[in-house]
Amino acid sequence: MLALDRVSKTYPNGVQALSRFSAEIRLGEIIAIIGGSGCGKSTLLRAIAGLDRASAGTVTLDNEAIVSPHAKIGIIFQEPRLLPWLSVADNIGFGLADLPAAERREKVARALERVGLAEKAQAWPRELSGGQAQRVAIARALVPQPEVLLLDEPFSALDAFTRRDLQDHLLDLWADTRPTLILVTHDVDEAVVLADRVLVMRPRPGRLFDQIEINLGRPRDRNSPLFENFKRSVLTSLDRSLDRNVPDRDATQGPGQAMWW
Amino acid sequence: MAMISDAPALQQPSEPAESAAAPSRMARYARPILGLLLPLALALGWELVVWLGWSNGRLVPPPSRVFATIAELARSGELVRHVIATLWRVGLGFAFGVIAGTMLGAVSGYWSLARRLLDPTVQALRAIPSLAWVPLFILWLGIFETSKVALIAVGVFFPVYLGVMGAILSVDRKIVEVGRTFRLSGPAMIRRILLPAVLPAYVVSLRVGLGLGWMFVVAAELIGASEGLGYLLLDGQQLGKPAQILAAIVIFAILGKLTDWLIEVAAAPFLRWQDAFGRAKGA
Ligand SMILES: Nc1ncnc2c1ncn2[C@@H]1O[C@H](COP(=O)(O)OP(=O)(O)O)[C@@H](O)[C@H]1O
Ligand SMILES: [Mg+2]
Repeated sequence: MLALDRVSKTYPNGVQALSRFSAEIRLGEIIAIIGGSGCGKSTLLRAIAGLDRASAGTVTLDNEAIVSPHAKIGIIFQEPRLLPWLSVADNIGFGLADLPAAERREKVARALERVGLAEKAQAWPRELSGGQAQRVAIARALVPQPEVLLLDEPFSALDAFTRRDLQDHLLDLWADTRPTLILVTHDVDEAVVLADRVLVMRPRPGRLFDQIEINLGRPRDRNSPLFENFKRSVLTSLDRSLDRNVPDRDATQGPGQAMWW
Repeated sequence: MAMISDAPALQQPSEPAESAAAPSRMARYARPILGLLLPLALALGWELVVWLGWSNGRLVPPPSRVFATIAELARSGELVRHVIATLWRVGLGFAFGVIAGTMLGAVSGYWSLARRLLDPTVQALRAIPSLAWVPLFILWLGIFETSKVALIAVGVFFPVYLGVMGAILSVDRKIVEVGRTFRLSGPAMIRRILLPAVLPAYVVSLRVGLGLGWMFVVAAELIGASEGLGYLLLDGQQLGKPAQILAAIVIFAILGKLTDWLIEVAAAPFLRWQDAFGRAKGA
């Protein structure tokens, strides 16, 4: 289980990007984090990934505090960030350097097959389309079999058609080993298609505003009335999150309140 | 001077346009041939002018006389002696300059404290026209090989230093982060991320450094030498043999181009991933 306990982050320039964000995320759960631009979504994800330290609060995975990148946690960024000097196959195998070559080759071949890029194994990253490159990035992150996979707006640079394709593809890959997915997005449709639970954040300082369980079976029909209902409730919550006068639903315990009883 | 003017610019080639299709075979070879047209026409024209007796070609000898001089020098074994002397100086100076430039550039690029300590001094020294060192080097190191090699090494040092430092500083932070998420150790980060990322700019800086090495060997040999291509230049001037001067210039150009090409060829297998490199070659 991944536990976020009052994670806060103040950048050296004084910007308070994240304030007391708490959540508990079960193994295999798919979480979507949604919120306006600049409300600390990337900051939160980087703290979970161990790329940046939180200024206060803790991130723990299976009772182990995360303070630096961890073998059980993988991350996919908005850009594929492939290494341009490695072939597609070597990019996918980048995190497997410790394995014997034969085993690595076999895992990479399987992953290539799985993301449908087997014929591109020896291509250079520059020869891929945006969607293909992001699929390689997904394969690279999944091939070491992380327990938690973080995705920071992974599909936002892609066209609508490719985006849908990759959303379905991601679910498909997730089903293989069922890691925990934490997906940052600003696309309500994407959140409702993928997530078991949507966490809505509000800005300045970034904090948790609302949680919405998406009780829909999979595969989900994007056109069903139920789907539309969930989309509407996420949208409503998102709208309210941008209004300064609405209290946070989760903030029942302010800093002083806990001590009063 | 040909080998200096076509040295590539210090900055990395800009992002290649995806749309530009790979040049066809024809176009790849046609372009250099097109470039040869003008010098060939000029040479042939001059040859013709002298042959027709419109000029005696004493100050500007026709190509045939230049090549005859080269052939004569080659036959007597002089050419080999001079070429070896010059190549040896350039090679040694280049090696020292590259080693020093790479080490200091890497330290400055990797370690910001060292950069703050070191870089201002290096930049100040760089502002001195390098030939101004010549009298000092001669006083310190004597008139013979050591001062020549030192001068060449100084010329090579600066572009390599700047190239290495700049390349390390401009390594994409986002790609370094990929290394961090896969928990690379310090040495692994250098080997698997920094070195490959820096290589293209490094090769460029080596080629610029080599071009400067060739420029400085001429300066060093003009100052005083008993052998070397620069000596041939000076000897030709003092004895009034323009054909010998032109012969030395032609050989300089050939050697400069050849050594530059050697670096390019040696680096090519490591830079196959970079299409900008392949395309710049034809230019
Ligand atoms: N490295 C940084 N230094 C200073 N401020 C930062 C840094 N990164 C992000 N911020 C600020 O923190 C806030 C949250 O940023 P971020 O987590 O990137 O938001 P999001 O991903 O939700 O758009 C923003 O106001 C942003 O300007
Ligand atoms: Mg962001």
